[in-house]
Amino acid sequence: MLKLLPLIPLFPLVSSILLMVTLGKMPKRIVAILGAGSVGLAAVTTLLVGLAFMESGQPHHQILWTWIHVGNFSPDIAFYLDGLTLVMMSVITGVGFLIHLFSAEFMEDDASFSRYFAYLNMFVFAMLILVMADNLLLLYLGWEGVGACSYLLIGFWYQDPTNGAAARKAFVVTRIGDAALAVGLFLLFTELGTLDIQPLAEAAKSQWQVGDTLPVIACLLLLGGAVGKSAQLPLHTWLPDAMAGPTPVSALIHAATMVTAGVYLIARTHELFLLAPPAMLAVALVGLITSLMAAFTALNQHDIKRILAYSTISQIGYMFLALGVGAWAAGIFHLVTHAFFKALLFLAAGAVIHCLHHEHNIFKMGGLRTRLPVVFWSFLIGSAALAALPLTSGFFSKDMILLQAYELPKFGPWLWAGGLLGALLTAIYSFRLVFVVFFGETKMEPDKQPGTRMAVPLSLLCVLSLVGGFFALPLVPLESVFPVAGEHHPSHLIEGISIAIPLIGLAIAYFVYLGGQLKVDGLVNSSGGQVLKKFWFSGWAMDWLYDKLWVRPYKFLAYILRRECMDDIYNVIVKFCQFLFMALSRTQTGRLRWYATSMVFGLILVIALLQGVIQ
Amino acid sequence: MDGVSIPLDHVLLLSALLFICGLLGLMMRRNIIFILVSLEVMLNASAVAFVAAGARWGQADGQIVFMMILAVAAAEVAVGLGLVLQIQRRFKNLDMDDANRMRG
Repeated sequence: MLKLLPLIPLFPLVSSILLMVTLGKMPKRIVAILGAGSVGLAAVTTLLVGLAFMESGQPHHQILWTWIHVGNFSPDIAFYLDGLTLVMMSVITGVGFLIHLFSAEFMEDDASFSRYFAYLNMFVFAMLILVMADNLLLLYLGWEGVGACSYLLIGFWYQDPTNGAAARKAFVVTRIGDAALAVGLFLLFTELGTLDIQPLAEAAKSQWQVGDTLPVIACLLLLGGAVGKSAQLPLHTWLPDAMAGPTPVSALIHAATMVTAGVYLIARTHELFLLAPPAMLAVALVGLITSLMAAFTALNQHDIKRILAYSTISQIGYMFLALGVGAWAAGIFHLVTHAFFKALLFLAAGAVIHCLHHEHNIFKMGGLRTRLPVVFWSFLIGSAALAALPLTSGFFSKDMILLQAYELPKFGPWLWAGGLLGALLTAIYSFRLVFVVFFGETKMEPDKQPGTRMAVPLSLLCVLSLVGGFFALPLVPLESVFPVAGEHHPSHLIEGISIAIPLIGLAIAYFVYLGGQLKVDGLVNSSGGQVLKKFWFSGWAMDWLYDKLWVRPYKFLAYILRRECMDDIYNVIVKFCQFLFMALSRTQTGRLRWYATSMVFGLILVIALLQGVIQ
Repeated sequence: MDGVSIPLDHVLLLSALLFICGLLGLMMRRNIIFILVSLEVMLNASAVAFVAAGARWGQADGQIVFMMILAVAAAEVAVGLGLVLQIQRRFKNLDMDDANRMRG
């Protein structure tokens, strides 16, 4: 049963290629069955493989063939299945299948239906390769693959130039991270001689001591790559603009899978990070600061998808925080629960947009509680999980992270307090969204109701968001992968505060947006308030900063170099040849006397040479 | 006949001077007829050298070669005058410098 492992990425790959070569000529029903069905088959296979793996209890290594063979560097196309891989694969295929099913209805009016599923399947294939790879080079292949598919999917409606610009922005910004990752891989290979993940960890532990500079540099480079893909500071500016793509794409790529690739990378190479405490601190700080910045920004947005985008950035900050304090299992746990409720929220937002003829501004919506009941409940449950209200899946995972952060010596309480502030803001902005869109008076009537293919995934994800945290089920396969955190018993005060904060946030949101008891208009409309609002709305002016810092100088350089200056060097040779040509062609006058004269001069020269006058 | 023989060097010098005269004429004159005349002078100059050489060795071979050169010159002039006629027809004058259609 474990030998079925290669089939899992194979199904979406075959489906994608089939959809590409048929050039969109197949009927939409077949395309939908092929596209969603392949991922569904992959999900079923994952389940079977997972059960077999849990029985055997041993990591499973399967080599398909040798990819490159150069000197003593020979990475294979090989898969490595352990608990971490299994968890990631389940999320990718499971949540992926639900999103494919949802897309079948969401995109049914689109002319490029086939192209959409081809790209989406290719993305699932690349992501599976990423998590199943047993060496970092194959992981990098999957890494680049998801980047390319993300570009294709963000710019899916390419007829509009803004979508193309958003896709380009995403690709370029993540590319910067990819370059850092590549340099990190070069460094690791040069120092340790291998890129296979398990031997790499062994070699690192035997060769490097805790606190050496080389592991710190390598881990910081890996962090650079992760930061790009997972949209953390400073490479997070692409994610809000990436909402230009279709909403199920945002659900799959920018909530559940691609942005978690960075988290997976750090978790996978955790042995390296354990050798570099400064790098781990950097991971935690990046996570915390990004989390807070994004939470403040989300509080000010009015586009439903941008709120969710900044929320994603913020939640991945939590995962990075968890990884940075050494709570590996907690970070992955939060990854799984986040995949559930964020995909739920994005799909519900997609349903709202779909049924309200593509309206994105939440202040133009209202009172949809009675109009779109399924979507309302999905949003409510998803927001509850996002805000980590007690007993939802998000509660268990976020709680675990915060408590383990508190335990860290030296900075622990500060990180915990920062995380709490983030949790408060998360609760406020998520319930702000719920109250503004679903309560109050109805400003816009929906023109259709979501069908089965939308309602079923939403319901399933609701269930998962509620119960996914119970019994810490996602943690079970991870026990063998990560070092087990010691038993800790935080004081009841700490636990109590952690539980109370989201409820306080919910209360604040209620009083401001629903009950109206708390009037913030005076504060917001003051001059200071307006400045702060604009600052936070623009994502802490990061886009403006990058424009001034990188984009303008680059465009200026491109402008002054537009004439191909390197050609001038070669033009010197050309000019010289042309000069010689003009000079020598003057001798071809066509006049007989000239030729005779030159013959005479030549004769004189020869005679002089023969006579020894000239040597 | 007896008497003072002319030294070979003098005759060769004469030949060289005649050759140079012909060459200078060839280089400096623009009229085709005069170029042909200069060509004849050069041919005759080389023929004189042959005769002097023959006299040096006391054989008549030099004078035989002289006659052959004369024949060659005549044939060449025949062909040359034909070409002159063609050039006259095409360019309407006998200026050699106008016939530079083969310039690069």
